[in-house]
Amino acid sequence: MTSTYAVLSEGLEKRFGEVRAVRGLDLAVAEGTVCGVLGPNGAGKTTAVRLLTTLLRPDAGSARVAGHDLVREPAAVRRAIGVTGQDTSVDADLTGRQNLRLFARLHRVPDAAKRADELLERFGLTEAAGRRASTYSGGMRRRLDLAASLLRRPAVLFLDEPTTGLDPASRNRIWAAVEELKEQGTTVVLTTQYLEEADRLADDIALVDRGRIAHTGSPARLKALIGAHAEAVLADAADLTRAAAVLDRLTGAEPVLDHERITVGAVCTDPTLTLPRLVRELDAAGVLVLDVGLRPPTLDDVFLRLTADTPVKEIAA
Amino acid sequence: MNALAYDGTAMVGRQLRRVRNNPGLAILTQLMPVNMLLFFGYVFGSALAMPGREYRAFLVPGLLAATAAGGVMTGMFQAAQDTHRGVTDRFRALPVSRAAAPLGQAVADLVVTALGTVPLLLVGLAVGWRIEGGPARAAGAVGLLLLFRFACTWVGILLGLLSRSEEAAGQLGASTFILPLLSNAYIPTGNLAGWLRAVAEWNPISAVTAALRDLFGNAPVADDAAWPAAHPVAGTLAWSVALIALCAPLAVRRYARGAG
Repeated sequence: MTSTYAVLSEGLEKRFGEVRAVRGLDLAVAEGTVCGVLGPNGAGKTTAVRLLTTLLRPDAGSARVAGHDLVREPAAVRRAIGVTGQDTSVDADLTGRQNLRLFARLHRVPDAAKRADELLERFGLTEAAGRRASTYSGGMRRRLDLAASLLRRPAVLFLDEPTTGLDPASRNRIWAAVEELKEQGTTVVLTTQYLEEADRLADDIALVDRGRIAHTGSPARLKALIGAHAEAVLADAADLTRAAAVLDRLTGAEPVLDHERITVGAVCTDPTLTLPRLVRELDAAGVLVLDVGLRPPTLDDVFLRLTADTPVKEIAA
Repeated sequence: MNALAYDGTAMVGRQLRRVRNNPGLAILTQLMPVNMLLFFGYVFGSALAMPGREYRAFLVPGLLAATAAGGVMTGMFQAAQDTHRGVTDRFRALPVSRAAAPLGQAVADLVVTALGTVPLLLVGLAVGWRIEGGPARAAGAVGLLLLFRFACTWVGILLGLLSRSEEAAGQLGASTFILPLLSNAYIPTGNLAGWLRAVAEWNPISAVTAALRDLFGNAPVADDAAWPAAHPVAGTLAWSVALIALCAPLAVRRYARGAG
């Protein structure tokens, strides 16, 4: 059973003083898949990654990573994993090439110098290889960081918010690298705040809230569960209640009024609701509509819906 | 042990490359005692009962010992810098011997210090300091000096790993400059008030300074001093071994356990 899971944790706990950063984390990541760990700041994502990569010792619970027990065989786990942390985990005082050669040596890669150059090439860093990492842009440093995690092909790769704060071009390069790794069969555990990122890369999403997993499932399932976000911008604030009644009828969800922006919005789980129908119904109700939208759920929607105290089953029903 | 030697060597290489890439701080740190020799030697020296040239010869071993004690500051700052940046996470997530990073730092520091002390010795020779005790004793002095530096670096590494932030380590580290002031490095301790004299003579820097003065043949050992200063070679060995035995295992344990 355990052999089919690259990561399998049961009841992992970690507290810092009074704060229970991770409280009963049960995570199962099948081999060769990409698992997106999605959650807001402070949800415990980083602590979870630090536990699973042996950087922190759990206070309770157990986990197997790449088939090895996290607490009893940390050295075996370290041999099997690659980690790219949220803080850049390369040496800023060394050049890109010096960094990769050092980590390759420490990883017992046979031809460290050659392997370092290969990865510099692959991540577009050959030209900057002789410069100190402190002179790199954020995107270059993140790429160097990822390259350092791939010197010896890891069985499980952990990426903690790999694209936070990056420009779109750098983000796309990181995404392409993750997709390539996935094709090669590497298991990837990736934390992110961006639903779009999880949507594009992950086979499964684990939604983390307040130190535990609130929900798991494929991105499609998760989105179906959340539904789209219907929104109408009105010309006249006096129409707000009428528009809200229309949205209430069409979506079955409680509409949210924004008097300042003269906007009404609601979450919609009904796949048959289309944009033209929404416009028609609002028009028929005599509402002056300036703009209308039916947008895929944002992370805010996901969190409001799935991490509230309401059980997931009730939402789905 | 083989793994530790391999990983440790890689880590020594890392630290030496860092210094080579960014030599400014190391150069400034090593030039500090040269400035102090000239400043103390000519400014303070003129106000002391000791003749200027004699005081400068007295001062050189003191500054060497004080420089070695600076390992506390350097060690603390480097260790704090490393721990509070992401790179330590990568080291700790690698299948690397837990002692490799701190050991690499301490050994690399020794290499940098050995090279960095040469300007002080040369300027010392230029202003009147001499090696008067023969080459074997002089070699012994250098050995003791490096051993003491190694011990001080381990104290610094431990404190740096325990520090809350780079800034906190920097401030605490900077305050260690008073340690040589409370020793025989810059002044003879004989005239100090009783309790202050006891503090100064039990200060490890006093034992090192006295050992250097003895082995370089610059000044005789003060027989009436406290035990470490009166038996300075044994005192230096005892202090160094005790500090390493205490701090190195604690530092390695702390490093392995991580900041959380």
